This record gives sequence, structure tokens and C-alpha cells, in this order.
Amino acid sequence: MVDAFSAVFQRPNFLTFVIIFLWGFYIMVTRYNLVKKLIGMYLVQTSVIFFLVSISAKKGATLPILLSTTEPVQAANYANPLPHVLTLTAIVVGVATLGVGLALCAAIYRTYGSLDEEEILKKLE
Amino acid sequence: MIFSFEIPLLLLLLATAAGAIMVKDLMSSILLLGTYGFTLALIWAWLGAVDVAFVEAVVGAGLATVLFLLTLFRTAPKDTRLRRPPPSLTTLIVFPLLGVLLLYAAEDLPEFGDPNSPASAHISPIYLKQSYQDSHTPNVVTSVLMDYRSLDTMIETVVIFSAGIACALLLRRET
Repeated sequence: MVDAFSAVFQRPNFLTFVIIFLWGFYIMVTRYNLVKKLIGMYLVQTSVIFFLVSISAKKGATLPILLSTTEPVQAANYANPLPHVLTLTAIVVGVATLGVGLALCAAIYRTYGSLDEEEILKKLE
Repeated sequence: MIFSFEIPLLLLLLATAAGAIMVKDLMSSILLLGTYGFTLALIWAWLGAVDVAFVEAVVGAGLATVLFLLTLFRTAPKDTRLRRPPPSLTTLIVFPLLGVLLLYAAEDLPEFGDPNSPASAHISPIYLKQSYQDSHTPNVVTSVLMDYRSLDTMIETVVIFSAGIACALLLRRET
């Protein structure tokens, strides 16, 4: 039990990831306002990307841009570039899905005159 | 990378996220979300992921905030004031349980910043060592994104294109 606690506090990035992920997920599930749900979705997306980028960091390493192009490369001197590449794609795709979600919200608002989930459900009946 | 900087930045991140979640007015919530995006970009720049930080600052903090604001401009003030329903019993049980499970898994994770962690030990040294010979670009992220995974990046534009088409179809005015 003590080991688990100290393991968590040695990894503050992971603790932050868990808090933001769960809080955003909770907002997505419980709040009635549709735009607030999308704010929760954005928090979940960025927290997962934050976790992936934290994995790629190395102590004492620099950016993944080669300092010298003639000498052989020491891999421990540069941060791991692969999570960076994958998260670049994930950020752009995430914002594209967010845009579609917001367009859906705008269309719903134009039809039903509300962003509140319960009022929309009332008008649907 | 100085790891003593970590705690204040993470606290700032948590504070802006909490602000975006807890503020009752939707407009302030969205502006706080923009602050959250920029703090995140700051953390990533300091973790050594400059390319990701640039993209987050431009696309995440900039474009996402603009999209949120464009959606809100058409709504009336009564729709942006929020109600906060009392949480149901299921969420009160499920979410703490999920949090405890996730935190319990922390013991099995490698140390953050460990150069010999599994994520950094297997294939990424090969990319770091060979990318200059293969693509003649000192920036390894660019060479992986545009050279090794160029097809992936090219097809990604299809995703953005279809998202744009979906937005245009949804927002079109019926005549």
C-alpha cells in the first residue's frame, strides 16, 4: 500500500493525467449542457496526449533535433521522437472531431433552441 | 530538463482545468480552456516536445477556442448559464473506483525520464541513429512524420477534409 502511494507521488505527471482524465470524463457523463460535455471531451483528449508525451521524456536529454550530423548519435541524449509524431496526428484529428461535435451542437441549437440535454429531450417527445 | 520546474507547471495545469470545469458561465469556461491549452504547450516544450507544443498552441489552444466561441456566438445568455445536477450514486461509485484502479497501475509504469524505459529502448534509438542518413533532416520528428510515415500523414488530410465537409453540411442554411 505504501509502495503504491510512493509510486504515484514519484510520477506527478501520471497523477495529473489521472485527475484531468477522470474529471473530464465525469463532466462528459454528468453535465446537461452539450458544450460543457465537449469541454470534458477536449480535457480527456489532451490528458491522454499529455501522458504519451510524458513517457517520451528522458532525464538530461535535449530536443529530438540532432546537434551534429557527422558524429554518431547517442540515443540517450535526445528525447524519444516517436510519441511526439503520433501525438501530432492525434491533436489534429482530435480538433477535427471537436469541430464536428461543435457543428452538431450549433445545428441542434438552431433546430431546438436550446443546448440543454433535458430541454431537447422534452421537445423531442 | 529540470524536474523541479515540474510541480508548479502541473499545478497551474490542474488549476486551469479545474477553472474550466467549475466556472458557471460557459464563455469564461472556454477562455479558461484556452489558458489550459497554452499551459499544456508550455509543459510540452519543457518536456522536450517542441513540435507537439507548437501544434497544441496553434491548433489546440487557438483553433479549438475559436471553434467553441463561434458556436457560442449564436446562443442566448440563458443557454450559457449552467445547471449543476447532483451526481447519481453510480457515478459516485464508478469514478473513484476507476481512479483507484488507474493509480494502482502506477507502480508498474517505468520511471518518467528513464532513458532505458521500454518506450525509449526498443525502436526509437534506430530512428534517432538512422534518420539523418535516410532523410537528411536534423529534426527527427519531421523526418519520421514526413518520410517514414508520410502515407499516414497524407491520409490524415482525408480525415480533416471529411471533418470539414461534415461541418459544412451541418451548418448549411436550408433554403
